[in-house]
Amino acid sequence: MSNMTKVTNIVIAGLGGQGVLKASDLVAEVAFRAGLDVKKSEIHGMSQRGGSVTSDVRFGERVYSPMVPSGEADYLVVLSPDQVEPNRWQLREGGTLITPGAIPEGALRDKRSLNVALVGCLSVSLPFPESAWQEAIRQNLAPKLHATNLQALAIGRAAAHKNSSVPNP
Amino acid sequence: MSGPDRLLLSGNEAVALAARDGDIALGTGYPGTPSTEILESFSQLGGRAQWAPNEKVALEVGLGVAYTNARALVTMKHVGLNVAADPLFTAAYTGVTGALVVVSADDPGMASSQNEQDNRRFAVAAGLPMLEPADSQEAYEFTLLALQVSERWGIPVPLRLTTRVCHSKTVVRPGGALAPSNSPATFVRDIKGRVMIPAYARPAHHRLREKLARILEWNEAEGPNRETDGDRSLGIITSGIAFMHVREAAPEAAVLKLGMTYPLPLETIRRFVQNVSRCVVMEEGDPYLVEAIRAAGLSVEGKPEAFRFGELDVDRVKRILTADASPELTPPPGKPPELCQGCPHRSVFTALRNLDCIVASDIGCYTLAVLPPFEAVDTCVCMGASIGVGLGLRHALPPEQARRVVSTIGDSTFIHSGITGLVEMVYNPPKTGHVVIILDNGTTAMTGLQEHPGTGRTLEHHPTGKVVIEDLVHSLGIADVHVTDPTLNPAAFQELVAASLASGKLTVIVARRNCLLAAGKIKEYERSAARTEIPENCLEQHD
Repeated sequence: MSNMTKVTNIVIAGLGGQGVLKASDLVAEVAFRAGLDVKKSEIHGMSQRGGSVTSDVRFGERVYSPMVPSGEADYLVVLSPDQVEPNRWQLREGGTLITPGAIPEGALRDKRSLNVALVGCLSVSLPFPESAWQEAIRQNLAPKLHATNLQALAIGRAAAHKNSSVPNP
Repeated sequence: MSGPDRLLLSGNEAVALAARDGDIALGTGYPGTPSTEILESFSQLGGRAQWAPNEKVALEVGLGVAYTNARALVTMKHVGLNVAADPLFTAAYTGVTGALVVVSADDPGMASSQNEQDNRRFAVAAGLPMLEPADSQEAYEFTLLALQVSERWGIPVPLRLTTRVCHSKTVVRPGGALAPSNSPATFVRDIKGRVMIPAYARPAHHRLREKLARILEWNEAEGPNRETDGDRSLGIITSGIAFMHVREAAPEAAVLKLGMTYPLPLETIRRFVQNVSRCVVMEEGDPYLVEAIRAAGLSVEGKPEAFRFGELDVDRVKRILTADASPELTPPPGKPPELCQGCPHRSVFTALRNLDCIVASDIGCYTLAVLPPFEAVDTCVCMGASIGVGLGLRHALPPEQARRVVSTIGDSTFIHSGITGLVEMVYNPPKTGHVVIILDNGTTAMTGLQEHPGTGRTLEHHPTGKVVIEDLVHSLGIADVHVTDPTLNPAAFQELVAASLASGKLTVIVARRNCLLAAGKIKEYERSAARTEIPENCLEQHD
């Protein structure tokens, strides 16, 4: 509907254990702290055992459904290369795909922080300051994980800035 | 209660917050996706929460609490209400003096369940007022409202959630905490009200219907049903999460959103239907609302049968509104879940596959052994069914096939409803004997590592009384009980199963090895328990 305030639609996909839900928590938290209406949705349960996991985050002035409608994701963030094709249908035409390939090989101190690095890539396209993302990491992760993940965020942001001249796939 | 004025909460967390703000004296239930986090969150908020062995016991405990003027919350997934149905139906007759809210977390689309039953039918069948929140804000508000309704009319109130409401995080502005229960917990004898012999149950049924008539009047006049103005050419009647999809799919439409869907406010609905030119009922799951509205003589459109299956979403709502019958997009299959690498269940199901067993299995992580590479599960129906179904197979199959039948059941599932199956095995033993394997991984793994009576730890992981599974099995008169770690020597485990099958005796094998995901935490709980077990006077001597 053209007269509706624009809602931003983000889908984060990966495999159980990769931190898909933590990544979507960070995005939802940042939008929430910015005072926006936010809905975040995913399915738990069987997905805990290494299967495919996806999580939707939507924010804007007013959000109704918690689920991103089919083919309307503005951003699709995929944590596992083999999950790109199964999830590509969720991306709208002209939407942005963010994959592990965005992060330079060997750049991460700990591979488990890939989720946060890709959130870093995403973050440069969203209307929130870097400090808000850093704050969300501090609020949502255990203190011993802060340094690694703040670095992962920075790596992701730098990689996205560097790639920003490259057209979206 | 003071706290932040704006929170981002899942529906489950919102129910827990309302339970705290509503002065719930006790929350109890059995873990089940998507309801599990309610009691865990309530406990973290300082509430008194505990796991029951199963939903029936949980509801009975909650009912006892609510007979004392106190407020109780009982949580379960939708199929749990089947287990708790027996007390539920008669609790409707006895009513309560405090408050009793029963959360039924339905799973349309079966994200993690064996069926997608629509528990709104239970409210009608039992005769209990039911509330259906659409997001976390309403999960909070409706939990408090359910307490008020329960207390005001002395009746248990089901709160029907769905997976999408339980697990979506949305913004909550808490407020409106209830005053604490105005009378202290006390026992007041009310034999005719609570002893449901036929002579007392007959008037109790009349009292129930009178209560429902008064609740209906209230629901019509001031119930949680909201009308959104819009273009009167299209009116939509909806409830729960479907409301959200409707508002997005058809922002111009007039909408009647029903918050209390039993007893149904048919006069409110009639006025709405008469004021719009086209009226569509948009509901997830069964055609419950549309059937009731049509039975009242109102002309409304429903949804095609194809939309009974699975969840609704914005696209599906648009399809229903435009009568779009084109094939729906089927997303490419993702990667299915699997038993963790190093999971102790792997050894068990490898052995069962090698022995070509007929496996009557049960509800838990081990159901994943139905998938490749094991494909070693032949039946899975409901909690505890592995033993009864296994026995039935043994009774009916010719002996050479019967001797291949094994029942597999997890530790938490065994405590939940496997014990009576074993009693049946002792009482009506098949001619070929039977073999039951209890897969004891020391936790309720599938739902996220909850404690149960067999772990000897409470919901908060503190030591408590422990049901020792092998002792319980022995006490039933089963002589052949083996306790073994199936991962230590998989070949020996397979030989044990083969020998047990060949023996023709009633055999129970407890395959005990902690869940890989829980093992570290269990060690920590045990260490912490050992520390607190040191008597105080010993500590004093060291000071």
